[in-house]
Amino acid sequence: MLATHALVLAMLLFGLGLIGLLVRRNVLYMLLSIEVMLNGASLAFIAAGSRWAQPDGQVMFLFILTLAAAEVSVALGIVLQVYYRFRTLDADAFSLMKG
Amino acid sequence: MLKLLWLIPALPMAGFLLLALLGDRFTRRHVAWVGVGSVGAAAMINGLVAVGFVRVLPDVTSYTQTLWTWVETSGMATGIAFHLDALSVVMTLVITGVGFLIHLYSTEYIIDTGKAGVSAPAGPEGDNDEGYRRFFAYMNLFVASMLTLVLADNLLLLYLGWEGVGICSYLLIGFWYREPENGAAAQKAFIVTRIGDTGFAIGLFALFASFKTLSIQQVQTLAAESWPVGSGIAIAVAALLLAGAVGKSAQLPLQVWLPDAMAGPTPVSALIHAATMVTAGVYLIARMHVLFSLAPPVHDAVAVIGVLTLLLAGCSALVQRDIKRVLAYSTISQIGYMFLALGVGAWSAALFHFVTHACFKALLFLAAGAVILSLHHEQNIFRMGGLRRHSPVTFWTFLIGASALAGMPLITAGFYSKDWILWEAWSAPLGGPWLWAGGALGALLTGLYSFRLVFRVFFGDVRTKPHGHPGPAMSIPLIVLALLSLGAGVLELPRTLGDSPLFSQFLSSALPQLEPTVDSLVPSEGVLQLAVTLLSLLGIGLAAAFFLPARGAVEHVANTAWGRALRMFWLEGWGFDRLYEVLAVRPWRRLTRDAEDAIDAWYDGLAESLRRFHVSLSRTQNGNLRWYAATVGLGALVLVGFFAF
Repeated sequence: MLATHALVLAMLLFGLGLIGLLVRRNVLYMLLSIEVMLNGASLAFIAAGSRWAQPDGQVMFLFILTLAAAEVSVALGIVLQVYYRFRTLDADAFSLMKG
Repeated sequence: MLKLLWLIPALPMAGFLLLALLGDRFTRRHVAWVGVGSVGAAAMINGLVAVGFVRVLPDVTSYTQTLWTWVETSGMATGIAFHLDALSVVMTLVITGVGFLIHLYSTEYIIDTGKAGVSAPAGPEGDNDEGYRRFFAYMNLFVASMLTLVLADNLLLLYLGWEGVGICSYLLIGFWYREPENGAAAQKAFIVTRIGDTGFAIGLFALFASFKTLSIQQVQTLAAESWPVGSGIAIAVAALLLAGAVGKSAQLPLQVWLPDAMAGPTPVSALIHAATMVTAGVYLIARMHVLFSLAPPVHDAVAVIGVLTLLLAGCSALVQRDIKRVLAYSTISQIGYMFLALGVGAWSAALFHFVTHACFKALLFLAAGAVILSLHHEQNIFRMGGLRRHSPVTFWTFLIGASALAGMPLITAGFYSKDWILWEAWSAPLGGPWLWAGGALGALLTGLYSFRLVFRVFFGDVRTKPHGHPGPAMSIPLIVLALLSLGAGVLELPRTLGDSPLFSQFLSSALPQLEPTVDSLVPSEGVLQLAVTLLSLLGIGLAAAFFLPARGAVEHVANTAWGRALRMFWLEGWGFDRLYEVLAVRPWRRLTRDAEDAIDAWYDGLAESLRRFHVSLSRTQNGNLRWYAATVGLGALVLVGFFAF
């Protein structure tokens, strides 16, 4: 029962993050949205781990935490570089590479 | 020593690979050493093999060396296998020997071409080392292919060599490829010979379908057993092989490519378009002689083609203005003699003329090359003259070559080989007075056109000032070939003059010999010899009367309306080019240029729809980050949906 609620919450978090990623144009907000999505995914792991009484879900959460930290540090570096070059944080402005 | 056989084609091949793959680090000196050395080494090994072969000769008449299996399918195992018998010994000795001399000559000729810079056609190609290396790489590849052709144990390997020499011929005719007409000449040579080759290939298919093997020995044994003389299949196969031979050897009706092939450098004309490659057709017919004996109509056609070609080309050679084109038509004409000999069954006589012709025609081309070089690439004989005093080596060697070509009696090799052919043309069972008459008339024409060349180029006033003299690398091949053109006749002395048939005895293990017929209708050998000799001398005398600069007799004849028309007709090679242009080239061009036809519409439609598809796909790559995120999300959704339900 608990797991079902937690999974619904995780789904909501993931969906909200995805919507945020798609509708926000500011790169920083897009990164924030990705964090929300990651949290949704982590929550799903935790819920699944508690449902099957397995430690794996929590291990996966730790992994995702580490991944998120690494991802943000790299992404912020890129954002900084992009800002120097374009003087804006609007993601739609970075569309030079197209087919 | 026979075990060294595989090295003969392998060495020039190794030379080609070395020059093609690693040659960019070589200086010109290295390139020359590799290019000439590989052929020279092959010639030496060839000498050893020939000696080894002669030693075992009476007991062993052939030696086969299989290196590995090449194709194994549907009951046929075709090997990379070389077959040595008297016929291939003669062929390989000429190819490597004359080939070596021509390579040696080229080291100087091609350098000079570059340095002088007068070979404007060369552009930057001729005067840099890339062009030099390219030349020797192609030449080595040619020699390797030609040796493969004549040593091949089976028809498939022979065909490989056959196409190999074809591609080398194409590459070397178009050697100075910056000039569009050289490229056109190369394509013409390639396409015209391809017509014959297609027939040849179909002939091979027919042989394979009948016998399930392509081994030359087996095919001929099986054919002789299972096909009656004059049967339809034998005639068809022989005719298809003849088509291949006619294309390669520039005989009627596929002779149009050879005069244009003179666009290549002169050593190429000497090696490929005079001494070796164009005689591949002669070799093929001699090699497959059993098949031709089974098809009498085709066998007769060979002789008729030979006679017609030698007369046609002899007339055309009379009026050409370009020194190399005269020699090209003369080559066609001399190969016509070889075809005549093959057609009456005088296989050894054809081979003997091949040997002597290789010597004196290579000599003539190389001497012509020396003339052309000393005159700043002037090839028009009407702008030459008086070169006799300028370079005695060139003059004397050219004179010897021309005498051998004209069949100057007793002292030249050409006399003995041509005399033998003409004697057989009448006395052989398949021969007859008409064939003899054609050949004898050809001898008159030969004397006329070869000495026209000598008188125009070397006598009279100096019209273009010559410069420079051939160096040792050019003089030595000239002198050696001149000696051979004089002396090669002793290999086969006719019954009337010494009676020493060394050459035909040697070949008798590979090719059947003709028994002299005792027929009261045939004049004696001596009478025929005398007649041909007188005709040749008459030709030379007429040339002296017409073309020695002091006489103007020929101008009167040539300038009448009839004379001019005839001259133009002969100059263009009897209008064959124009005929083919109207019959084949133009209709084909019209067909291909019509953009509205259904086949084009289908391919155009295909191309257009692919283009549209690709444009619409590339539109999805719009560079917009959020669009990418959305598509990734959508894709994940589709995948999850796909696996969940």
